[in-house]
Amino acid sequence: MAAVAAGVGQQWVLVEMVQAFYEAPAYHLILEGILILWIIRLLFSKTYKLQERSDLTLKEKEELIEEWQPEPLVPPVPKDHPALNYNIVSGPPTHIITVNGKECINFASFNFLGLLNNEKVKSAAQASLKKYGVGTCGPRGFYGTFDVHLELEERLAKFMRTEEAIIYSYGFATIASAIPAYSKRGDIVFVDEAACFAIQKGLQASRSNIKLFKHNDMADLERLLKEQESEDQKNPRKARVTRRFIVVEGLYMNTGDICPLPELIKLKYKYKVRIFLEESLSFGVLGAHGRGITEHFGINIDDIDLISANMENSLASIGGFCCGRSFIIDHQRLSGQGYCFSASLPPLLAAAAIEALNIMEDNPAFNPLCSQRRIHALSGQTRISGLKVVGESFSPALHLQLEESWGSRENDVKLLKRVVDYCMNSGIALTQARYLEKEEKCLPPPSIRVVITVEQTEQELDRAASLLKEAAQSVLN
Amino acid sequence: AFEETPMLVAVLTYVGYGVLTLFGYLRDFMRQWKIEKCQNATEREEQKDFVPLYQDFENFYNRNLYMRIRDSWNRPICSVPGAKVDMMERVSHDYNWTFTYTGRVIKDIINMGSYNYLGFAQKTGACQEAAAKVLSQYGAGVCSTRQEMGNLDKHEELEKLVARFLGVESAMAYGMGFATNSMNIPALVGKGCLILSDELNHASLVLGARLSGATIRIFKHNNMQSLEKLLKDAIVHGQPRTRRPWKKILILVEGIYSMEGSIVRLPEVIALKKKYKSYLYLDEAHSIGALGPSGRGVVDYFGLNPEDVDVMMGTFTKSFGAAGGYIGGKKELIDYLRTYSHSAAYATSMSPPVVEQIITSVKCIMGEDGTTIGRARVQQLAENTRYFRRRLKEMGFIIYGNEDSPVVPLMLYMPAKIGAFGREMLKRNIGVVVVGFPATPIIESRARFCLSAAHTKEMLDTALKEINEVGDLLQLKYSRRRLVPLLDRPFDETTYEETED
Repeated sequence: MAAVAAGVGQQWVLVEMVQAFYEAPAYHLILEGILILWIIRLLFSKTYKLQERSDLTLKEKEELIEEWQPEPLVPPVPKDHPALNYNIVSGPPTHIITVNGKECINFASFNFLGLLNNEKVKSAAQASLKKYGVGTCGPRGFYGTFDVHLELEERLAKFMRTEEAIIYSYGFATIASAIPAYSKRGDIVFVDEAACFAIQKGLQASRSNIKLFKHNDMADLERLLKEQESEDQKNPRKARVTRRFIVVEGLYMNTGDICPLPELIKLKYKYKVRIFLEESLSFGVLGAHGRGITEHFGINIDDIDLISANMENSLASIGGFCCGRSFIIDHQRLSGQGYCFSASLPPLLAAAAIEALNIMEDNPAFNPLCSQRRIHALSGQTRISGLKVVGESFSPALHLQLEESWGSRENDVKLLKRVVDYCMNSGIALTQARYLEKEEKCLPPPSIRVVITVEQTEQELDRAASLLKEAAQSVLN
Repeated sequence: AFEETPMLVAVLTYVGYGVLTLFGYLRDFMRQWKIEKCQNATEREEQKDFVPLYQDFENFYNRNLYMRIRDSWNRPICSVPGAKVDMMERVSHDYNWTFTYTGRVIKDIINMGSYNYLGFAQKTGACQEAAAKVLSQYGAGVCSTRQEMGNLDKHEELEKLVARFLGVESAMAYGMGFATNSMNIPALVGKGCLILSDELNHASLVLGARLSGATIRIFKHNNMQSLEKLLKDAIVHGQPRTRRPWKKILILVEGIYSMEGSIVRLPEVIALKKKYKSYLYLDEAHSIGALGPSGRGVVDYFGLNPEDVDVMMGTFTKSFGAAGGYIGGKKELIDYLRTYSHSAAYATSMSPPVVEQIITSVKCIMGEDGTTIGRARVQQLAENTRYFRRRLKEMGFIIYGNEDSPVVPLMLYMPAKIGAFGREMLKRNIGVVVVGFPATPIIESRARFCLSAAHTKEMLDTALKEINEVGDLLQLKYSRRRLVPLLDRPFDETTYEETED
């Protein structure tokens, strides 16, 4: 019954359709017909690709492949390139160093506290070597975590008075892995122009927006922050998820001066940006106990979100660490690339670092303030004609730059090399500060790096100063 | 390729993840509404109105899935990472949010997780003595970069030795294997160059490629047709949009892939490279020392000429029991890297005792120290590998990777089995490594065994017995191919083709 009714219903609809067909105006029918023909054509025509690949024949393709000539893998390097011929150091790079066969006093290694040759440090490393061998044979996640690593992390956290610390097996990789772990694409980072190369690489890996502000210029930074604030007001939804960071160094490696941390803290709370502090040079040097720039200025360490430093300068070991609150540091254990995907620090180097830390804590003779007096001797009293001393009076790594450039950077580098060679021949080991000229964002001018360490005596400092004067006079005149 | 995931197992794995995700949402909801105590570390009170540092969703996986089985990773040990290792016992009373150390040490766990292929992780022996001597003479650190005052005579000695070992003109060594890749690839290629990188390349290669600024194209894992197609297209069509020809093309491959255990098809890659005039960057992190009749890596394994590979890179962490990486190649290449590598200009050079360990172990492998220990170890590793893999296949597990690779991944698939496998093996005194997402695709989680020349047959037999037991307990024997136990096959060139069905 229902089927019949349905059938009748269908017929009814059909009749109506046919009627409508007859009653429709002609143009309507023609239009419909054209549309149907068009659809049929589209259905049967070949699909076309969005990127129209040119129809090259197989022969043409082969010819192109034959003809293509790549550049050589690397361009040839001229034999007299300043960075090509390394100085060869025979024996340990300690206070008295043998460079290229000549014995000199070391003014070039970052051995600030003289712990490289310390017997206690060496014996701690020996004990560790006897217990663990040399390598760790695995990353931290896969049986590469030794009790020495855990101990070193605890000690560093206690020393710096933070909640937690994390260690890396390579100083460069520390800040270069820490920054991309927090700052991602779309976030904003305000960084000082004179930031070191490791920071620049970390920023590049993070793919964030980088805003450079002039070196140590808080007014410039504030201007950038204000601009960002006005941008935020235009787009508050985006602003709520964009993280902001300021990356600064405690003591800048490239200029030897200190960053104005108290003003930065004020800016931090005013504009709600987080601060990442890189303390490679200032760890062990600034502050009453060597805790770095926060101790130097008397700032609460919790105000700094992340402190990163490498253990290769004051602690005379290898590797680096980051310290801060657990909330921040724990994240790096899963997303710090240099931590998760790389083998852990060899235990003997960790044991050496622990012992060096012990010595730093116990021994007041290594009070970094005493290095201040020594640096004063070099920079304050003796004026060297033609060269100017760049850096704070208490910075252990200074730069000597030419007062006026002699034309091109190449010429300057050659001149400084002659000064360095003169000094090396007379028994003071110096080196030029090396940069990769094409890769740096803001290339510092060529300079000689002078490092003041705790082991140098007054006479040695005087001798170095007078020798530099002589060298400058003979070469630059 | 490898044996396919059985359909039922795949479905159940997805179901498992689905259940975990649901529970994850439930727990997050409870934590948000304070029904459950939140044990995460939180932001400072003074900084509560800053933009949040982590998006909630980023950490979803971390909080709800990783945290449940967190005790399988970061296990602290307190002895040399040799064939047997001592582990510090740790317990958790709050489901892995915090750990406390009981103070007890679990002794003599068979170590199937450390990358100790040739057994050089030792606390006695020639290597350790030499390293101790150098340590007392030179100290532990260096405090300067290679280009400044950090180039010791030891480094020069090491580089000459490594060049001789590999059969190349010249070599350069760096302090960290990861950094070797991430700092030297940008020095070799830049904008306007093309990088063809394998699907499963290591994070360091990916980071190096990204930092270089070159265009990156990915080819399917070990698939030569995919690589050839990309090469052809690249040369014929040039750079996208501007159609300029590429400056150079660099192919990035690894010797042994650490998660799959597969060996790169080197003869074919070299043939392609020569045909299309591109350059080859071979990362031998796991294969140097572990493959080849004389332990010289994948080039030796296939009997090819090391000069065909333009850039031979490797690490010293795995087979040499030290730390660091190296790059070997023609003299022009190494001179260029000495001048322009980021590591040479800005990073501290290698520590002297570590350098000495490498020198001694390389001499041992080459046989130059007057003993045959090196040769014996290389052979022992090859035997252990074949024996272990064959026995596992006979038991019925799904094993990935090439027959000769000492990296043996055993498929687990389901998320719960990841944690269970690790814990059960530890109960039976065997330490294994389990990996899940994100190191592997989400349904292909696995346990990975790293064999060592230091493992004796008894240790392997004990381990195999326990794996058999746990496999039955957790129903891990998914394989549908049953291998008949047969006699040892002689080594021949076609061995690697076996993996291609």
